[in-house]
Amino acid sequence: MFSYIVRRLIAAVGLLLAVSLVTFLIFFLVPRLGGATADDLASRYAGKTANAAQTHALAKQLGFTDPVYVQYGRFVKGIVVGADYSTGPTTVHCSAPCLGYSYLTQNPVLPDLLNRMPVTFSLAIGAAVIWVLFGVATGVLSALRRGSVFDRAAMGVALAGVSLPIFFTGLLSLTLFSYKLHWFPAGSTYTPITQNPLQWAYDLILPWITLAFLYAAGYARLTRAGMLETMGEDYVRTARAKGLPERTVIVKHALRSTLTPILTIFGLDIGALLGGAVLTESAFSLQGLGAYAIQAIGSNDLPKLLGVTLVVAFFVIMANLVVDILYAVVDPRVRLG
Amino acid sequence: MTVSEAVPAGAPQAVPGSDQPSSDQPLLSVSGLQKYFPVRKGVLSRQVAAVKAVDGLDFTVRRGETLGLVGESGCGKTTTGRLLTRLIEPTAGSIEFEGQDIAHLSTAKMRPLRRDIQMIFQDPYSSLNPRHTVGGIVGAPFRLHKTLPNAEIKPAVQELLELVGLNPEHYNRYPHEFSGGQRQRIGVARALALRPKLVIADEPVSALDVSIQAQVINLLEDLQDKFKLTYVVIAHDLSVVRHISDRVAVMYLGKIVEITSRESLYERPMHPYTLALMSAVPVPDPDRRDNRERIRLRGETPSPLNPPPGCRFHTRCWKAQEICKIQEPPLAELLPDHRAACHFPENVPA
Amino acid sequence: MTEVQPETARTSQTGIVRPFLDVRDLKIQFPTDDGLVKSVDGLSFSLERGKTLGIVGESGSGKSVSSLGIMGLHQGTSAQISGEIWLDGDELVSATPDFVRRLRGRKMAMIFQDPLSSMHPYYKVGAQIVEAYRLYNDVSKKVARQHAIDLLGRVGIPEPASRVDAYPHQFSGGMRQRAMIAMALACDPELLIADEPTTALDVTVQAEILDLIRDLQREFGSAVIMITHDLGVIAELADDVLVMYAGKAVEHASCRDVFRNPEHPYTWGLLSSMPRLDRDRQDRLVPVTGTPPSLIALPPGCSFNPRCPYAALTDGKSLTEVPPLLPTDGTAKHSVACHLPPARRRAIWSEEVAPKL
Repeated sequence: MFSYIVRRLIAAVGLLLAVSLVTFLIFFLVPRLGGATADDLASRYAGKTANAAQTHALAKQLGFTDPVYVQYGRFVKGIVVGADYSTGPTTVHCSAPCLGYSYLTQNPVLPDLLNRMPVTFSLAIGAAVIWVLFGVATGVLSALRRGSVFDRAAMGVALAGVSLPIFFTGLLSLTLFSYKLHWFPAGSTYTPITQNPLQWAYDLILPWITLAFLYAAGYARLTRAGMLETMGEDYVRTARAKGLPERTVIVKHALRSTLTPILTIFGLDIGALLGGAVLTESAFSLQGLGAYAIQAIGSNDLPKLLGVTLVVAFFVIMANLVVDILYAVVDPRVRLG
Repeated sequence: MTVSEAVPAGAPQAVPGSDQPSSDQPLLSVSGLQKYFPVRKGVLSRQVAAVKAVDGLDFTVRRGETLGLVGESGCGKTTTGRLLTRLIEPTAGSIEFEGQDIAHLSTAKMRPLRRDIQMIFQDPYSSLNPRHTVGGIVGAPFRLHKTLPNAEIKPAVQELLELVGLNPEHYNRYPHEFSGGQRQRIGVARALALRPKLVIADEPVSALDVSIQAQVINLLEDLQDKFKLTYVVIAHDLSVVRHISDRVAVMYLGKIVEITSRESLYERPMHPYTLALMSAVPVPDPDRRDNRERIRLRGETPSPLNPPPGCRFHTRCWKAQEICKIQEPPLAELLPDHRAACHFPENVPA
Repeated sequence: MTEVQPETARTSQTGIVRPFLDVRDLKIQFPTDDGLVKSVDGLSFSLERGKTLGIVGESGSGKSVSSLGIMGLHQGTSAQISGEIWLDGDELVSATPDFVRRLRGRKMAMIFQDPLSSMHPYYKVGAQIVEAYRLYNDVSKKVARQHAIDLLGRVGIPEPASRVDAYPHQFSGGMRQRAMIAMALACDPELLIADEPTTALDVTVQAEILDLIRDLQREFGSAVIMITHDLGVIAELADDVLVMYAGKAVEHASCRDVFRNPEHPYTWGLLSSMPRLDRDRQDRLVPVTGTPPSLIALPPGCSFNPRCPYAALTDGKSLTEVPPLLPTDGTAKHSVACHLPPARRRAIWSEEVAPKL
């Protein structure tokens, strides 16, 4: 197990580097392929009154005239030892790990990301709890009452949940529950949990339910299919043959096996969500990592984009690793490595 | 022009020496055949051990005869079957088919030979592609090797279906519409499509009901007579092997422990493992119930990761002495055409 | 969680002394899209404690379905069950599902063909045995664990104290089957049903498992139903034999009679189609022609008539009437369901079939 984890971590580092390189290249090449020069790029930061010479000097200072591998090398070095950035008279030191510096907002990227993580995490984890409980419970009940009215209704709702775009359901619930019924705030308020847990939850209920609806639907379908298959397994028949009450058979024998692949998928879903639930955050105006990414794309701010991409990649890679390890812990037949 | 008369277009060029009478050269000659599966551990995935599935087999099969390969799980007989058809490549040793060593042939060079060496698989439920029609399955060899023009494939397939006792009108049906025994017949038809010379049958009847087993066994025997086929039958059922084989090889933990003609094996088994196997077979005679002296073997089959030193059977053998733990007995010819690998064989005239 | 004493179902009110297990005209049918599958079509037999009944049949004969029916394991499926199953004075078909459930494991237990898929892969073997034991015995985990260790030792697993914490996939095939037997016997059931317990095992291991079952039966005095397609296994273990075909019993006799004096053409077919080690080799096996019938569209009259070489000798009765299972001699010890007159059957056996075996 240990050597397996070591190997995976080494691979993770390599993968993160590869992700950063590809992202960097995309944003380096695309404007240049469109005909922009280093000076053109620097002119965004030079102010309206700057002339050509000043712009060119700024381009050199910001390193835009350097070849791509030098610029990329500088970025990687910054992650390890930190870097200094200056756009004029002042020099800002960005300590390691330095995920870049946004010239537009004049801020290092990492502190911004760290500020926004609690919002995204709250959204993701809260929704996760809700969707796992509802999705799995619905799936189990549907499987046990296969073909019944409940089953058909539940799967119908699940189909809707999986098909409706989240910005649709988000805006719909906002309109209904916020503006019409005034039950919940209209988004864009976020209270840290450390400040006021109840307020924190209250502010997030609508986004939680919106996000959870989508995932719960998928998990209900998955759980139902998994349960139906597991209930037909030989060891479930043996459990009944031993005389176990049906509830024990369902929960202890069938559900346990059904949940294992669902656990895998859950890990991957959570990993991706921790990197930002872009659509939900937008619909509810929450200042999380997803919103940050949207702003960065809109303002064409490469350092911010690089930072967010790396963070998302990190969570996804780690989630994959955790899920693989958990699978081996849960299923004694799985031997890693 | 029916299939049985036509020389398939693009047949492999005659191998030098194959014009000689078939009794001279064995069709299949295996020497020192080995297959080790590596076990990798550690950060760098280094090989730390090997599963010695097949560890040095020597045997020959003459044209037209049936060799039965018998053994229990873990003895390597299934791996041997896959090696003979070159579904996997041996780690060492040679497999001479009609004088040519096919052990390490490339895929391209092996392809024409696949017309001559075919396999029938154990599980009729999983070895047929459920999405292909029966006509498609049995006709695939013709299409792959381009031995017949497309128009002639369907009549050839229908002829084959009839040959194995199926209704040719079921050409367009899917495997799930057939019973287990019928599916096995489909597998046989497919294997025989290109009139192979050698057929490896991996447990051809174990998954079938008793009354259907007899039908398929009879079918295999009839086809062998008709087309002069050579069989290697892999099985664990000693009664079936005795019925269908001319020669029998008993395998244990990757090695052949006894190989001889059928009569000699069942009349005069020499290796203790063979004796134990035979005594374990339940005999359908209730009067023998109380008189039976079953040989009970000690312990369990060792792992092929770590076979015992010396004679591999010594950990379970009631006759084991010191020498058995140290020196591996060679597969020696203790009687004419009867070889056994044992230091203290039974039934050997003094 | 322990179980309280179950309320008794219909016990024999008239004071009839019944055999320990008494199955009367059991019918189990499954409605499907293609029609009604008559898996068990009027099965009757009985079994006493301490005896072994071998049920022989091929796939589709109904041997497994009927045993699952005795255990009440069709509950919750679409199966339609009629008839009577009397187990030690309790009638099971009309009993509540909960009543039958509380007999499972305690009064009757079952072991299955594939021990790898029949044990939960995530739980240790010891835990699975303990679970069975603590269901009906109010003891501490420690006591239950010791009982599990004792059981594993009793079924011949070496080093049971350490093996009790192993997972099913860590056992070899034979050891796994022994573990499953241990699990089935955890609460000392009086009826043990073994559904093809050795089919998936090597022949040397099979012999050991059969010996084990025989020893355990002698020790515990339980009734055993051995379901198999292997006549050799039947000869080894069974006191009485029930030959099933297409959901019905076609012959019921003592083990000796089934092999020495069988009287049903299907039984003859089974005996002729097996290659045997104890006889001279025949040049050709004599299989039963044709294939087993569809259970939805059973042939009219005798289900075996399309495959029976002697159907023509019954004056057409086999095409129209289902032959009842009738005693062939004065006692009820040997019953046959065949239209051929007993004398004729015996003649065919001794003159035509037996010499060829």
